Amino acid sequence: MSDPVTAMETLRFEGFVTVSQAGSLGMITLRGDFGSKPFGTALKKALGLDPPQKRQIAHGNNSTAAWMSPDELLIFCSWEDKATLMTALQKVIGKRHAMVIDVSDARMTFTLTGSNVREVIAKLAPVDLSPGSFEPGELRRTRFGQIAAAFWLVSQDEAKVICFRSVGDYMFKQLKAASTPGSELDIWT
Amino acid sequence: MLIFECPYCGVHAEESELSPGGEAHLKRFGPGSDDADFESYLFIRENPKGVHFERWRHSNGCGKWFHAARCTMTLEVFGTYVAQTFEPPQDLKEKITAKRPGWSWRDFS
Repeated sequence: MSDPVTAMETLRFEGFVTVSQAGSLGMITLRGDFGSKPFGTALKKALGLDPPQKRQIAHGNNSTAAWMSPDELLIFCSWEDKATLMTALQKVIGKRHAMVIDVSDARMTFTLTGSNVREVIAKLAPVDLSPGSFEPGELRRTRFGQIAAAFWLVSQDEAKVICFRSVGDYMFKQLKAASTPGSELDIWT
Repeated sequence: MLIFECPYCGVHAEESELSPGGEAHLKRFGPGSDDADFESYLFIRENPKGVHFERWRHSNGCGKWFHAARCTMTLEVFGTYVAQTFEPPQDLKEKITAKRPGWSWRDFS
């Protein structure tokens, strides 16, 4: 079978932070009252994780769930696993008032690596990124320049940024501009 | 620059992350209603110098609508509260009274 590819897989920029496009990632949107106890139990059964707390990311066996809003979770998994997970989720949700949708093709994911990742994000988003205020384990939905986006820190020197695919080119260009060598601020290093 | 705390996701959102949604606590008058009521619903708005209640949407965040109380003159933010209510919470009203004694806004004071 042919391998899934993304529209701009080869994009890469080596600035003071390396910007690259992460490969195909399975993403599932789940909407519903996941904070309620029966729903939480159902999620645990399907994904092996407890629903994440406000703005947090929870890790399961082969998936990760991120808190998007009080009634929305974004579930990340590998491209291969998404069909199985969708089926499992739909099964445990049953007749509950909820929605499970495969949105893997809706978004693009960028990986930023380098010791100054916080700076690159801070240049583009109105978020306090100082160490202590924003740490790995939290997902923050915000804007990057003029577009809606979300990001989280994988570690102190790696971050992931997601935005809609239709504005992926704009996102890449602004990440590139923000990480141009010579434009380091060195405020947190 | 206004900074509101979104009551749903707890983020201290800066104005550019939000969309303004106009005046808060409007009661809708639709088809079949009195002409005067319909006119007031559609056109008549408060334009206070001082305490004001507004709707905002955390559009570049969790996407939820919420209410905010602020001062139009100093841009001081008194607080935010959820959208599922017909009037500001009592503790917020008390907080505003402490800062702006004698305030009133539509039917609230």
